[in-house]
Amino acid sequence: MLASIYGAIVLGLLYALMALGVYITFRILDFPDLTVDGSFVTGGAICATMISNGYNPYLATLAGFAGGALAGVCTGLLHTKGKINGLLAGILMMIALYSINIRIMGSPNVSLLNIDTVVSPLLDEKIGIYIAVVAVVVLLIKTLLDLFLHTDLGLALRATGDNDRMIRSFGANTDRTKILGIGLSNGLVALAGALLAQHGGYTDVNMGVGMIVIGLASVIIGEAIFGMRRVWIATLAVVVGSIVYRIVYALALRVEWFDSSDLKLITAVLVIIALVIPQVRRAMKQKSVARKRTLELLGQTAGKGGRA
Amino acid sequence: MLELTKVSKLFNPGTPNEKIALMDANLKLNPGDFVTVIGSNGAGKSTLMNIISGVLKPDVGEVRIGGEVIHHHPEHARSRWVGRVFQDPMAGTAPRMTIEENLTMAYKRGQRRGFGWGATARRRAIFREQLQRLGIGLEDRMHAKVGLLSGGERQALSLLMSTFTKPQILLLDEHTAALDPARAELITRLTDEIVRDMKLTTLMVTHNMEQAIRLGNRLIMMDKGRIILDIPQEKKAGLTVAQLLGEFERISGQQLADDRIVLG
Repeated sequence: MLASIYGAIVLGLLYALMALGVYITFRILDFPDLTVDGSFVTGGAICATMISNGYNPYLATLAGFAGGALAGVCTGLLHTKGKINGLLAGILMMIALYSINIRIMGSPNVSLLNIDTVVSPLLDEKIGIYIAVVAVVVLLIKTLLDLFLHTDLGLALRATGDNDRMIRSFGANTDRTKILGIGLSNGLVALAGALLAQHGGYTDVNMGVGMIVIGLASVIIGEAIFGMRRVWIATLAVVVGSIVYRIVYALALRVEWFDSSDLKLITAVLVIIALVIPQVRRAMKQKSVARKRTLELLGQTAGKGGRA
Repeated sequence: MLELTKVSKLFNPGTPNEKIALMDANLKLNPGDFVTVIGSNGAGKSTLMNIISGVLKPDVGEVRIGGEVIHHHPEHARSRWVGRVFQDPMAGTAPRMTIEENLTMAYKRGQRRGFGWGATARRRAIFREQLQRLGIGLEDRMHAKVGLLSGGERQALSLLMSTFTKPQILLLDEHTAALDPARAELITRLTDEIVRDMKLTTLMVTHNMEQAIRLGNRLIMMDKGRIILDIPQEKKAGLTVAQLLGEFERISGQQLADDRIVLG
């Protein structure tokens, strides 16, 4: 039981990089990017193929990041320069990447068993040390992202998702900031893919299916726990959201009448609920406030009428 | 400073909905000119602004700023010369970012944005000083998200953001029209102060006739995509709203039809 929780924490931390990528597109750029399902595998595919061909595992991991970023840039170009609807641009890239990923690997999957990887020295250590090392790395990347989002360029990126007309009038090329953001996002997603391939010891062309929804679930769970008041809180929320998601996932697997294949459905339902509830709540609140204020105003005018 | 030469723009060219947005417009602003623009519905006032700011490109004609031909540059590239305040108070600021962050982005108007830290201490000191000039207490709320501000506060911030880096051309696109009278008056007063203090070359579209006469040193009138009247400072001083409307009728042959007209 405890071992499966520890395992879930490691997975949650590694998947947190993917969730941070989804946070960049979904929350910062306000761009629902489906490239993620493909670029996640691209990261794993490039990394696993390079490692099994004898390249340095660190270099291979970095190459995975770069490959994902390139895929993201392509989606960004399709959307901004090709004027293709954002959802469609992502789907097109996702489909294209399926073939590309098999091409990269030369087969639908690559095994990394008994090969030295970035994580293999850690696998022999105690799980606590593994968790600590991964946590440090993930928090470091999170902090770098926080810092970036406060630079002049990072502010322009955030403004692109918040009010693109405004930031254009102040001289930012919003096509470029979108491409940059989608590229960075998919780079992080692919980095997660590369690390998870090494953690799990294989890459499979289907391992990215539903990744976008898992990313969304992590972002939304994190938001529900921490809120999004500041950038560093929001990114921390995403990391925690990812861990919580993995723990829930691990616990759900232990419920007898659940099949592991049901979990995608559960994830989807979770995201749907999390997206709908705030809207219903807001609508109800607005209605009650409106009613209360109307009565107040009515009372005031009645009072005035009485005095006159 | 700003020079438009024979600028024309058609909407939906070659279709049954073809519309002349701007026809053979010539306009020259001297440095420090503060020109107010009035006109009927669809006269081409907004098109004029959009052509200068780069949202639209002219079909024919030339736009120059400081002698440089700029009409082929996209909108974001023109921000080097042009500052702009929109009619919609929501349009000029990023609501989910703080006042300080919004000012930082405005501070970098038209410059390359790199990996340098955004809101540095030195910049924050400048922002604080600038916000104090508005006199509405925003300097004490620099970490507040702009989405929490009222429409008037947001428009005051937009005005500051577009002006404090001293653009060569300032475009004000009915920037008080969406505000209640008290807030509109505040923004009008701030506009007058800022434009005067910084000697900004300004083009201001307005529906408020009284405002059009009171502010600025020149007034132009537009109708059906053309600039039909250009009133210099000497004549503008003694002008009344009634005279202005009469003049419009005389030249265009019809009454000034503007849904949102405010006589003042």
